[in-house]
Amino acid sequence: MKRALVVLAAGLLAVLLIAAMLQLPAPAVDLPAAVGARLGESGVVHPVTAVLLNFRGYDTLLEIAVLLLALLGVLAAGGRETAAGGARAAPAALRMLARLAVPLMTVVAVYLLWAGALRPGGAFQAGAVLAAAAVLLHLVGLLPAWRSPAVPLRLALIAGFLVFLAVAAALLASGALLQYPPARAGALILLIEAALSVSLGLLLAGLLLFVSRGGVGGR
Amino acid sequence: MTSGLIFACAGAAVFALGVAGVMLIAHLLRRVLAFNLMGSGAFLVLVGLGQRAGVPDPVPQAMVLTGIVVAVAATALALALMRRLHAATGRAELPPAGDDD
Repeated sequence: MKRALVVLAAGLLAVLLIAAMLQLPAPAVDLPAAVGARLGESGVVHPVTAVLLNFRGYDTLLEIAVLLLALLGVLAAGGRETAAGGARAAPAALRMLARLAVPLMTVVAVYLLWAGALRPGGAFQAGAVLAAAAVLLHLVGLLPAWRSPAVPLRLALIAGFLVFLAVAAALLASGALLQYPPARAGALILLIEAALSVSLGLLLAGLLLFVSRGGVGGR
Repeated sequence: MTSGLIFACAGAAVFALGVAGVMLIAHLLRRVLAFNLMGSGAFLVLVGLGQRAGVPDPVPQAMVLTGIVVAVAATALALALMRRLHAATGRAELPPAGDDD
């Protein structure tokens, strides 16, 4: 009975949402044109990267802060007491494939980071690929789970946030928060993105590696 | 009806599917997955509506990119909490309502 009611209500919700979207008026502000008009001042050529790191830099700054918070939550809740047992031995072919794939993935991550200025790519994609490489290494048993973050790892985890915050604070002296001078915007964005890539990769990998039971080592 | 609008309508359907899942499923892992489904539906609506005029709008795309990363982090946190609950109670379901103080 409850099941049928909920399914019916959800169906109704979907119909309502679709009906509302079909009647939506045209947007009052033409955002693509607005982004296109100021793209020259943003320091990058790709509009999505310009929005992410320049026009709406706040979002990205807060996003990396949210990620840090999530990792802190995982560290606080992810039972360290369950961390036991050795790394499982993966088949030799899988291990070799991982050994071959990880250098390639690192190169792809650097490419994605660099490509972000011109075409789809950027710090998030690069960080995700780096994290995937670390998770792959862990799953085949080549990279032990992280027990608790030592000082170098802690520094690397917060580097992206700190670099972003430092740039934002430095810009505050010369105007508004996160308002890059157009001449140096490209270099600043690349600096932030490089730090973000490393931190994001470690953060996303840490979400698994700090709670994983495989492996007994640590860093 | 442009392809963007079709994406948005599909997103609304996915969102409703997720809502039904969150309300009906007791197992927390599956409930977290249903919650992710709601998020994916919302992302699809944002990106779809952003390009319903035929020109892709970079602003919702950037926000969805941000949202995806936050959703991954939130999912990991939810799963860590679920593991903690499982370690504490041996169950992967929330206690029935009215059980708490």
